[in-house]
Amino acid sequence: MKQFRSFIRKEFYHILRDRRTLFILLGMPVIQIIIFGFALTNEVTNSKYAVLDNAKDIVSQKLIQRIEASQYFEGATRLYSYDDIAKAFRKGAIKIAIVIPPHFAEDLGQLHTAQVQLVADASDPNVANTLVNYASAIINDFQQNEFNKDQQLPYRILAEQRMLYNPQLKGAYNFVPGVMAMVLLLVCTMMTAITIVKEKETGTMEIMLVSPLQPLLIVVAKAVPYLLLSIINIISILLLSVYVLEVPVQGNLFLLIGESILFTLVSLSLGLLISAGSNSQQTAMFISLIGMFLPTVMFSGFMFPVENMPKPMQVISNIVPAKWYYTVVKSVMIKGVGFKAIWKETLVLTAMLFFFLGMAIRNFKIRLA
Amino acid sequence: MQPDYAITAKDLTKRFGDFTAVDKISFEVSRGEIFGFLGANGAGKTTAMRMLCGLSLPSAGTATVAGFDVYRDNERIKKRIGYMSQKFSLYEDLTVKENIRFYGGIYGRSDLFIKEQTGYLLQHLRLEKEGNTLVRALPLGWKQKLAFSVAIFHEPDIVFLDEPTGGVDPVTRREFWNMIYEASAKGITVFVTTHYLDEAEYCNRVSIMVDGKIEALDSPSALKQQFSAASMDGVFLQLARKAKRTEG
Amino acid sequence: MEKIQVNGIVKTYGSKQKKLTALDHVSFTVKEGELFGLIGPDGAGKTSLFRILTTLLLADSGTATVNGMDVVKEYKAIRKQVGYMPGRFSLYPDLTVKENLAFFATIFQTDVNENYSLIKDIYEQIAPFENRRADKLSGGMKQKLALSCALIHKPTVLFLDEPTTGVDAVSRKEFWEMLKGLKQQGITILVSTPYMDEAALCDRVALIQDGHIMQVNTPADVINGFGKKILAVKSSDMLSLLQLVKQMPGVLDAYPFGEYHHLVLADEQVKLDFPGEVTVKETAPDIEDCFMLLMKNHAA
Repeated sequence: MKQFRSFIRKEFYHILRDRRTLFILLGMPVIQIIIFGFALTNEVTNSKYAVLDNAKDIVSQKLIQRIEASQYFEGATRLYSYDDIAKAFRKGAIKIAIVIPPHFAEDLGQLHTAQVQLVADASDPNVANTLVNYASAIINDFQQNEFNKDQQLPYRILAEQRMLYNPQLKGAYNFVPGVMAMVLLLVCTMMTAITIVKEKETGTMEIMLVSPLQPLLIVVAKAVPYLLLSIINIISILLLSVYVLEVPVQGNLFLLIGESILFTLVSLSLGLLISAGSNSQQTAMFISLIGMFLPTVMFSGFMFPVENMPKPMQVISNIVPAKWYYTVVKSVMIKGVGFKAIWKETLVLTAMLFFFLGMAIRNFKIRLA
Repeated sequence: MQPDYAITAKDLTKRFGDFTAVDKISFEVSRGEIFGFLGANGAGKTTAMRMLCGLSLPSAGTATVAGFDVYRDNERIKKRIGYMSQKFSLYEDLTVKENIRFYGGIYGRSDLFIKEQTGYLLQHLRLEKEGNTLVRALPLGWKQKLAFSVAIFHEPDIVFLDEPTGGVDPVTRREFWNMIYEASAKGITVFVTTHYLDEAEYCNRVSIMVDGKIEALDSPSALKQQFSAASMDGVFLQLARKAKRTEG
Repeated sequence: MEKIQVNGIVKTYGSKQKKLTALDHVSFTVKEGELFGLIGPDGAGKTSLFRILTTLLLADSGTATVNGMDVVKEYKAIRKQVGYMPGRFSLYPDLTVKENLAFFATIFQTDVNENYSLIKDIYEQIAPFENRRADKLSGGMKQKLALSCALIHKPTVLFLDEPTTGVDAVSRKEFWEMLKGLKQQGITILVSTPYMDEAALCDRVALIQDGHIMQVNTPADVINGFGKKILAVKSSDMLSLLQLVKQMPGVLDAYPFGEYHHLVLADEQVKLDFPGEVTVKETAPDIEDCFMLLMKNHAA
């Protein structure tokens, strides 16, 4: 026990004395949250738009008011003909035009169907897409409220999850779980792998092996400081997301932290496994980045929705631990569900933990070659 | 500028903060001379050598290398010198020929020159068969001899050797010194540091640094006489024991 | 009692096509309390042998015991009883002198005070710099700290892999003084070095080259076994003198040796004529002379 404590103390000296790395480790989540939460978000607010209201009835007026009231659209330009639309776009004055057909209210009232045309400037496809989604959502929302019986607008509305659980359509909801997965993976996997390989490089591992120290103890002691560091990161990400990005934690906070620690442990054991197979810090870093970080970005679902991927890719995504963790965080933090809804994901992560840890211990070399 | 001198240093000083690593050293090295540059660990040898190679600017004093001023012309100096150290000399993951090509290339030698000289060099080192072998696979002694050949490949005026023979077996060590003599006979000035004090005897003149200063500078036989020591070992120990400095 | 026994150890690296033999049937024994030197250049196989004996590496064939225990089967027990200082500077550069020592003490299940008397003489020299980070120490001080760390658990056998490489002559002398002191405390020491002059400071030495042990003997007997007469010659022009003596009949070998050239003569009867200004004297062989002769015989 004393050996263990002394080993951990030494690890803390290493971490605390390397101020620059420590700063990066603790600052990274903050910076990522800010970058993803604000800068990189695909949210588009206060977009200039135009309305061509051919109906000019009560319902169309109400719809326009509703659109104007949202934070996404502002400064409506009134148009009077189709030609005006093209002109407005060419001037760059608007990003989207909403065309309401004549007899809008009548059609709705009698035929129960009506069409609204959304015209967007697709030279920036992302913005166009987002704005069309926003507008559709507002129209959908509008018709649900106004005609809340079995009436339906024939307009096909994209029923995205985000809109179900994210009524304000906040992009940050998607990024917080993603950033958590990324930061934990980066800190735990890469840093543990590097710190163990560093001892091989400096030759201190030789002495460690020659000592009566249990190999398992070396492995575990290396991981402990990064577990603590990760808990700090989890807390700072949650604080930032609640107080800065205003993404509340809907579910049980302790369940969320518990699941995060589970994922941290998975990442740590992956780091240990990588260290067993690398002899230089460079190799360890490359394997961590390319083998772990990229798949996390690609397959966890926070950058690119997994459901839209081809079938083989979806299958591959299942072996990426971050995918499961991402689902857990989204479920607990944003949907506010309890353990019952995520037991399957928890089980997968636990199985992964035992598998990777077992492999890491098995592959830990008690000799040099 | 004295044309007969390959290196001149006058009150050359290097300070790091309030630590004076090299403290007003003055000496001249003649063309073609083999100059031994000795000193205990931390005496300031490496710092002094870096200033002469144009890698680090002196804090005070003057120095010329191959006739060029170390303050103003350090880029020119670099073209006229060769450098080899025990720690870094050749790329282990390149073959013998690739290493020669690479170094010939950085000094801007023509392809024809490189090709001709490579053949000659390999023959001279009896490495003809190993031209396409990775340097990693060569025995240490061969590596060091090859590294030296590469360091003088571009026919520099001066070659700086930093502990070139560390860990090399006694036979190869002597073969290495033979190569140094050959280079010196061709007019190349050799500036060498070593921890083997018997090698100090092979130098024309030897300087011994203690705590940043040159405490002794003369031919090995004159030094032995001056310190009434039987060998250079004795001279070195007498001087180095006086050292007070502990920094590395 | 034999503290270390090495029996026909073979170690090769690389694939079958390009095999590199690091150790070729190496055998020797080290007695209790002996200061035993493994003398040979870099690449001779010294480090591989050290790693096999400290249980870090498995040999291809052959057996070895340390303290009577097998290095393969009883590696755990050996690891508790030996001290090891690897060739590379293997301390934590970002920890202070004190922290390094305390850390190594705990991983070897002891504390600094328990065996302090053993390292007292060595550690006192670096104690004034206790709070300095290890990477800010000079070469000699690093070496003392590494030795203190290797000794802190009072090992019965100490393995020192090239402790004096790259260290200046003064620090080397001091280091050997320390080893003598440790030997007097009854510790068996196996030390490797590429510096031939250090052989004379050992009780017995093994001369190793290309994975092959050329001789195991006391330094005095290595020299006595040289069996050839050596002349030391010098003149004002050493280079041409060397060319001259190399051509002389009866001269087996001639090479520079400090301020002289050494001439190894074929037998006692050889009489040589030198130009007037050449100083000639008969001299006793040095370990380095012996090593070179053995290398030549081995190559032939």
